Amino acid sequence: MSRAIILYLHVHQPFRIRHYTIFDAGKNHDYFFTMPYEDRTSNERIIHKVAEKSYLPTNAKLLELLHRYPEFRLSISITGTVIEQLEMWSPMTLQSFKDLIDTGRVEIVGETYHHSLAFFYNQQEFETQVAMHRKKVQEVFGKTPAVFRNTELAYNNDLAYWADKAGYKGILAEGWDPILGWRSPNFVYRPSYTENIRLLMKNYRLSDDIAFRFSNRNWSEWPLTADKFTHWLNETHDGTNFNLFMDYETFGEHQWDDSGIFNFLHHLPEQWLKTPGNTFMTVSEAIDAYEPVDYVDMPYTVTWADTERDLSAWLGNRMQQQAIHALYDLHDKIIGSKDLQLIEDYRRLQTSDHFYYMCTKWFNDGDIHAYFSPYENPYEAFIAFMNAYHDMKFRLNEKGIEV
Amino acid sequence: MLGWELPPYNSGGLGVACYQLCKALSKKNIDIEFVLPYNHDHPIDFMKVTAAHPQDVKAIKMSGIAYDSYKYIFADGHEEYLSLTEQQSLYERAVAQLVKYGKYDVIHAHDWLTFRAALRARQITRAPLIVHIHSVERDRAGGNDGNPYVREIESIGLLMADKIIAVSEHTKRCIMRDYDIPGDKIEVIHNSIDSEGLEPLDEHNAYQYLSAMKQQGHKVVVSIGRLTMQKNLPNLLRAAKEVIARAPKTLFLIVGSGEQYFELIEQAAELGISRNVIFTGFQRGKNWRDAYAIGDVFVMPSISEPFGLTPLEAISYGTPVVISKQSGVSEVIKNCLKVDFWDVNELANQITAIVMNDSLRDELHDNSYHEFVNLSWDNSAHKLANIYRRHYAEAAA
Repeated sequence: MSRAIILYLHVHQPFRIRHYTIFDAGKNHDYFFTMPYEDRTSNERIIHKVAEKSYLPTNAKLLELLHRYPEFRLSISITGTVIEQLEMWSPMTLQSFKDLIDTGRVEIVGETYHHSLAFFYNQQEFETQVAMHRKKVQEVFGKTPAVFRNTELAYNNDLAYWADKAGYKGILAEGWDPILGWRSPNFVYRPSYTENIRLLMKNYRLSDDIAFRFSNRNWSEWPLTADKFTHWLNETHDGTNFNLFMDYETFGEHQWDDSGIFNFLHHLPEQWLKTPGNTFMTVSEAIDAYEPVDYVDMPYTVTWADTERDLSAWLGNRMQQQAIHALYDLHDKIIGSKDLQLIEDYRRLQTSDHFYYMCTKWFNDGDIHAYFSPYENPYEAFIAFMNAYHDMKFRLNEKGIEV
Repeated sequence: MLGWELPPYNSGGLGVACYQLCKALSKKNIDIEFVLPYNHDHPIDFMKVTAAHPQDVKAIKMSGIAYDSYKYIFADGHEEYLSLTEQQSLYERAVAQLVKYGKYDVIHAHDWLTFRAALRARQITRAPLIVHIHSVERDRAGGNDGNPYVREIESIGLLMADKIIAVSEHTKRCIMRDYDIPGDKIEVIHNSIDSEGLEPLDEHNAYQYLSAMKQQGHKVVVSIGRLTMQKNLPNLLRAAKEVIARAPKTLFLIVGSGEQYFELIEQAAELGISRNVIFTGFQRGKNWRDAYAIGDVFVMPSISEPFGLTPLEAISYGTPVVISKQSGVSEVIKNCLKVDFWDVNELANQITAIVMNDSLRDELHDNSYHEFVNLSWDNSAHKLANIYRRHYAEAAA
């Protein structure tokens, strides 16, 4: 029986809020754009940087591998907010994504347009954003997503139930041990309480070997080569599908070029395909190819973040709670205003990254959260967000909508 | 060790820092004689405290804070008030006498007032001289050049010293920039705070009026410190006007006295915010502690603050802090808001955010308190003891 690597990469950039102060609120409604190019929050600068370091070289490499190995396949998800930014500031990069999709061997996974946590706050808003994303993907890539992933891989039974009803054939989640128990993530599963949908669970150990540990010289397995990695897979006898899920920026941005990450990617298909029966599949192909082995029950929400695998990196402190509730409390009035610019700003503020920047959990250790934040500290992130929130209230008031 | 003041007879942070540093050093078996320019019975058992007297003087009394004039009571019974400069030269003479009779491995001098004495002591004993910079003249002069006489003494002390201790990276940069001292001669040893050494609060806050206003939804912004140019209070008032325009239920409590007292009261009136700004004058003890505690946020917007202890005290009494980036304490605490001293709008932006969002206030405080309880003078004393040993060994070799 064949065994497949299911490589799934997630592409996303938020619209970061500029240094938006209480003096801007009520005067100028531009939260995301007018900042000096060199500013830490400059979305344009960050798009250029990430495109240069990650998207362009990775896409070139992937395209090369797709041409060289007919069995090579992968899946990607790409948010509406990053597509828009590429359209504005790096059309060449967007074209390189289109080139991948045009090979017919790269599948696009569905999600919310704005990379939001709307599923947990407003079901109707969530469905609107999923529909917006589907439409955007159809327009830009000419494809319709058949498999769903929620923001930050935040998953529970309710989400699976929704995705099943919405007609998706598959859904992605973290293969977290407390949920799987003794079971392996390397199979196809069925979510509890659903009829047709299938569940693919991230093998976080193997995924994190690449995404997090690859350049860590204190790691006992450093340096990781494609040869060694595929040897581990070949030695793993339970399982049909190795679900390697990670951020796209793993290649070139989280793991820099000089770590050898592109070399690893370059040799991965070559090494894996050496063994007869080994192949690559997209998420849909895996779901079609393998029968589900069991039901998986996830009554509470599991994400792919941090050691807790919960939503605490986004909603764990009082600032995050206050900010997100304040935002969603405006929902009906903002939608009711029919002001398209206001509605779009509201949606851009829903992007989960804004709440992530407010995380204080590990601020003191100067760890990963700090690295990815364009703010000096979580408090400044909160202040800019709340000032934008106050401005939205001002805009509603201006329209005669009482808040 | 040569110093100008010790608590409880201190005018500010210098005395507290000397006291805590010596206490931590004594735990490292460093034997200290602390020489003061005045007589007082300090309840101190971990080091010897000596008053430096010229031979014909019976007692020296402070008549105010450490920087006011001193009352000299002479052996023949007559009394005289001497200025700070005169006092300084008498201190120098007395120290020169004193060191002839003792054996000292290292001379450690705190700030410019002791430098002339320190240089004499070094000349006589040939012991290595370590000068400790808690502030330089430019800090005290609010960013201006200040008194040229003081700068000259500072300059000579810094040049002649075998090692310079600065209380922050900020101060180290000032010393390098303003006095042309090479960086490798300067070691940064941050001040700290004895997190268990502060008097606890009692149940009833002294500011009953403010407590009542808080019950009605008002927020209180507190500043504690001398009302002097260095502390940048005119900018705080300008920011206050902007904050009050957006969050009218905000009250500003300004605790302290100083030469800007009247001009600040006038400024508040001119800005039309007198109803929201409360001046208390100088406070000690319970009134001082409770001022920290009543605040929703404590603000230290100083133009230049070599270290700045008050934010740490504020955190200890339950209040999060907004501090100027031009302060040493901003190198020590991460969970606070930091602002450039000249940026009135950003200062207003930050204060407004805190008074409008309890969640921001509470997160800031909880996380900064966690940092606060882990602070201690022990690390500073450890570094300093090593510097003593190194210089003593070099001098002996």
